[in-house]
Amino acid sequence: MKRLPLISGLAIAAILLAAPPFLKNYGIYLFSYWMVFVIATMGLNLTVGYAGQKSLGHAAFFGIGAYSVAILMQAGHSFWLGLALAVIACFVIGLALGFPALRVQTIYLAFATLGFNTAIWLVMRNEEWLTGGTFGINNIGRPSLFGLSLDGNLAYYYFVLGMTVVMGLLQWKLLSSPWGKAFTALRDNPIRAESLGIHIQGYTLLSFAIGAAYAGVAGALFASLVQFIEPAPFAVHASIMMYLMVVVGGPGYFFGPLLGSAVGVLLPEWLRFAQAWYLFVFGAAVILLMLWLPDGLLSIPARLAAKRQAREASAARAAAAAKLGN
Amino acid sequence: MIGPVLKVTDLRKAYGAIQAVGGVSFEVMPGEIFGVIGPNGSGKTTMFNSVLGQITPDAGKIELNGHDITHKSPQQLNQLGVGRTFQTLQVFGKMTVRDNLLVAAQEHQGSMWSRLFAPGDSGLGDRADALIDQFRIRHVAHKKAGELSYGQQKLVDIAMAFMSEPDLVLLDEPCAGVNPSLVGGISSLLKQLNQTRASGKKASSFVVIEHNMDFVMDLCHRILVMVEGQVLAVGTPDEIRGNKAVLDAYLGN
Repeated sequence: MKRLPLISGLAIAAILLAAPPFLKNYGIYLFSYWMVFVIATMGLNLTVGYAGQKSLGHAAFFGIGAYSVAILMQAGHSFWLGLALAVIACFVIGLALGFPALRVQTIYLAFATLGFNTAIWLVMRNEEWLTGGTFGINNIGRPSLFGLSLDGNLAYYYFVLGMTVVMGLLQWKLLSSPWGKAFTALRDNPIRAESLGIHIQGYTLLSFAIGAAYAGVAGALFASLVQFIEPAPFAVHASIMMYLMVVVGGPGYFFGPLLGSAVGVLLPEWLRFAQAWYLFVFGAAVILLMLWLPDGLLSIPARLAAKRQAREASAARAAAAAKLGN
Repeated sequence: MIGPVLKVTDLRKAYGAIQAVGGVSFEVMPGEIFGVIGPNGSGKTTMFNSVLGQITPDAGKIELNGHDITHKSPQQLNQLGVGRTFQTLQVFGKMTVRDNLLVAAQEHQGSMWSRLFAPGDSGLGDRADALIDQFRIRHVAHKKAGELSYGQQKLVDIAMAFMSEPDLVLLDEPCAGVNPSLVGGISSLLKQLNQTRASGKKASSFVVIEHNMDFVMDLCHRILVMVEGQVLAVGTPDEIRGNKAVLDAYLGN
C-alpha cells in the first residue's frame, strides 16, 4: 500500500518521458496542452487548495501570460522577455486581485474574481490595437533554448515538460518552507492564524499573486504552443474549468493538478466516442465524482487507509471483547 | 519598581443600548495568574476580545508593558508578545500536531522574506519538541490534529499559545468541555508554564476566564469578579471566597 504512490508516480513519469516520441503530432500536442494546464492549475491549487481562497478569475492570468508573449514576440522581442513580462504582470495584477479577498470570502469572492475575468476578457476582445480583438494574434513563434530550436512539436513538448518540473520543484520548495504552513493555517483557521502573529492579509495577497504568476507562465507556454491566440480560451468558462480541475484532482494535494488536468484535458479526448453525448458523459462523471469524492481523486488513498484503520480497530475491539468474555 | 504587564484603564464597550463593559480597570503583574470570573453575560468575553484586538472598545486604554496597545490588531498583539487561546477548539485540523506548534511561532522568526528560504521548522524544532514532551503528546505528535480526541486537541491548542514564548497569555475557558481528570493536568501544566516558559527562564503572566470555580481558586493568584459589565471585586482567592457581595451576586448564596 505504501509503495502505491511511488509506483504510480514512476509510471506517470515514465509515460510523460517516453510516450510522446511514439505519438502523432496531435498526441504530442495534447500532452503539451496537459502540461500547460498542470502549471496553470498548480498556481490555482496554491490559491484555492492550500490558501483556501476562491478564484474564478484564473483564466484571465492565463490570458495575460499568453498575450504578453504574443504581443512582445510580434513586436520582435524574444519569448523569454515575454515570459518575464508574463510572470511580473500576473504577479502584480494577482496581488491587486487579492485585495477583494481581504474584505470578502467564499461565494462573494468567487463573484468578484469572476467579474475581474470578464473585464480582462473584454479588454482582450475590444482593444484591437493591442490584442487583435477577435481576430487574435497569428504566427506566434517558439523560443530556442541554449541555441537549441524548440520549433519541433516534440522538442517543444520536452521544453514544456521541463518547465512543468521546474515550476513543480519551486512550488514544492515554497510549500515546505514556513510559507507553506502559513498558507495552510490561513485556509484552516484564519482567526487562529492571526492570533499566532501570522500576517493573514499578506499571505492572502501572496497566494493570489503567486498563483497568478503560475498562470502567467502557463499562458506564455500556451501562446507558443498553439501559435495563434484569441480571447475565447481566456473567458470565464475556462476559469471554471480550471477550478474544476483543481477540485477533481484534489485541492491541497501537491499532485492534484497533474491528475485534475488529465481529467480536464485528456478525458474529453477519450470521450470522443460518445460524440454528441460527450459533454453529457463528462458532466455526469463530474457529478458522480463530487458526490463520492468531494476531496478529489487524490483523497482515495487517505480514504482507503482510514477504512483499513477502522477495520483493524474494530477487529482489535472484537478480539479484546472476546478475551473478556472468556 | 516593575510595572504591570497588562494595564486596562476604564474600558468601555456598548452594543446598542446594552453596556457590555462599563468602565473596567485592572492590572496584571509580571508572573501573575489573574482570573476573571462572572456570570454569563457579565462582559468577560467582551472585555477579553477588546484586550485582544478582536473588537474595538468605545473608550478606555490598554497597555502592555507600558506601551499603548488599544488599537492593535490581533496579529500585531501576538508579535508584541500576547498569546491566547479561544473558548472553542482552534487547532489546524489538517496539519500534524508538531506542525501546529511550529506554525504557532514561525512568524516570530526572521522576516517574511527570509521565511521563504528558511527550513520548514523555522529552527523551532527543539522548542516544539520540549512542549510536546511537557504536554505529554509525544505519541500523537505526527498525527493530524483533527484526528485527535477532544482532550488531546485541547492540549495542543493550549501548547500553541505558548510556542512563541509570550509575556502575557490570555486563556478563554481552558477547561471548557474537558473531563475532570484532565482539568487537574491542565492546571499543573499552567502552573509549570507560569514558573518557567518553554525554554526561557522568565515567568509569564496569564489572564484566565473560567467557570470551573475549583480550578480558578486553585490556579489564580488574584481574581477579578465582573457583574453586568462592572468590576465587583478584585482579590486573592481567599478574599473572593469571603466577599459577601460576590457570594450574593455570583455564587447565589
